[in-house]
Formats: sequence, structure tokens, C-alpha cells
Amino acid sequence: MDGKTRKRIITSFRKTIKGFGTMLPMLFGIILLLGLFKVYVTPEMISSVFTDRPFHDTMLGALIGSISTGNPITSYIIGGGLLDDGVSLFAVTSFILAWVTVGMVQLPAEAAILGKRFALTRNGLSFVLAILVAMATVMTIEVIG
Amino acid sequence: MDGRMDGGGDGGKDGGKGINGGGTFRYGIYFLIFVMSLYAILFLTDSGKIYRALRMSLDIFIQILPVLVLVILLMWISSYFLKPKTVSKYLGRESGIKGWILAASFGIVSHGSIYVWYPLLKEMRGHGMRDGLIAVFLYNRAVKIPLIPVMVYYFGAVFVSVLTVYTVIASLIEGKLVEMLEH
Repeated sequence: MDGKTRKRIITSFRKTIKGFGTMLPMLFGIILLLGLFKVYVTPEMISSVFTDRPFHDTMLGALIGSISTGNPITSYIIGGGLLDDGVSLFAVTSFILAWVTVGMVQLPAEAAILGKRFALTRNGLSFVLAILVAMATVMTIEVIG
Repeated sequence: MDGRMDGGGDGGKDGGKGINGGGTFRYGIYFLIFVMSLYAILFLTDSGKIYRALRMSLDIFIQILPVLVLVILLMWISSYFLKPKTVSKYLGRESGIKGWILAASFGIVSHGSIYVWYPLLKEMRGHGMRDGLIAVFLYNRAVKIPLIPVMVYYFGAVFVSVLTVYTVIASLIEGKLVEMLEH
């Protein structure tokens, strides 16, 4: 390895660490917020807000999925429980989809790193698409039996 | 690169596409102070819950640590090897259909929490990756191949198949809409 290559490797490493370092406070903030969320928002609290109105529940599913966060497995477990409790598949689908595609807790980090306009546009569209995809999925399943 | 950031993501204006390195750091510090204040206030009401929240946060940090290391490594590699011309070719304006397929595929196979990937995406954008493809990447993270058996257990194979197909289609629609709305 010649001196020029070594210098380039070191420079790009320094640049990477510096770039990543600027994002660390935001990252730590998000992780701490996630810890709070996991303790204060329980699966029981989530199930308790659903009613028997499919459209209302689909919107609500997307909304709760958007503000919830954590491993997607958690959303499947909650979603399975909601189905058992009689909540519509529309609502459960929008809930599990919004859980991974919309991130209200991560929004400050996304806005700071990728831009406010991009973050708002992307999350807004993901919210609407969670509802539309939920409708399309359930309707397709009903059609194909 | 129309005023966007390059390299490690520090210095310079970013053409409104994100906050520059100093801005990101300052904004992050304010956010961290806000969250820590929240902890302090809630500690006064229920210290037990706050200890549990701190423990949870530590668990999350340990969980994402391998992905963080991977992201730093990928950022380093992309900073060293990727030239704006290469990124432009595969993920930029002239990437065409292969750019959409690449972004969707990377989104599907990527692991870890979504926010861990923001720095790398910022780096890639600095090299010329289009915003629509960033949106496609992020949306396709909804398709979790390792978790499919769990999903099938709870919702059935038909549901999972249909939802997966619609999720990928929705990601492409979102990518297009992001670009239309941003310009």
C-alpha cells in the first residue's frame, strides 16, 4: 500500500467518524426516548383504544402504528391480539404497516439528518399509504378467498 | 452536487435537503437535552419506571451496536470507494429502473433500526442518490424476510404474500410521489 492510498484511507475514516459523531447526540436522544416509550406505552393501552368501526379503526391503526415503535415482532404480537379481540383486519394491517414505515419518534432524527421537508413528506405519504395498502390487502384477500 | 454535503457529512450547506454537520450536532444536543429533561421530570413522579426506561435504552443500544458498526464501516467504504459518478449511475437521476430495483432490494435485506441507516443514506445522497430511492429503501424495510415465519403464524401465508407485494408496490409509488412533491 503506497503512502497516498494510506493517506486517503485515513482521511476517509476521519471524515466518516466526524460525520457519524455529529449524529450521535440525536441517536442517543432517540434511544432514550424509545426506552421511555417502551415503559410508558403498554400493549394493553394500545388495544384499549379500538372501537368496532372499521374505517375509524383503520385510521386509528395507522395513527397508533405511527407513534408506536420497537421491533416489528411486537407489532405482530399486538396485531394478533387485536384480531383475537375482534378488531378488524383493516385496522390491524394499517397498524403493523405504519409501525415500520412511519416513525414519529424517529422523526426529529430523520428531519435533522435527511431534511425536514423530506422527512415530513415521506412520513405523511407512508401514513396515507398504510391505510390504502391495508384496504387493498384485505379487499384482495376477500376476493381470492 | 447542487450544494449538498459530501463525504462524512460535515461542513457546507446542503441545499435545504438536511441540516449541515454543525446544525445536525446542535439540533441533536437540543433534542438530547429535551429527552434528558423529560427523564428528570418523570424521575420525580416514578423513579422505578425511569430506571426501567434507562435499562431498556441500554438494551436497545446493545441491540443496535452491531448494525451501528456495520453502518460506520459502510460509510467508510462508500466514502473511500464510491465516486459521485458511480452512485449517480446506479442510484442517481440516470439510474432508471435498475436504481428502483436496487433501492427496493437493499431496503428489504437491510437490518436493524431505521434511524441507524439515516447517516449512510445522507452520505449516499451527498454522492448523488435520488430522494425517491431513499424513500423506496426506507419503505421496503417493512418487508422483513427473517420475520416472515412469525408473521405467517399470526396472520397466515396468504395475508403475508399479498401484503408483501402491495408493500413493494407502495414503496415505488411513495418514491415517485416524494420526488414529485419535493420538486
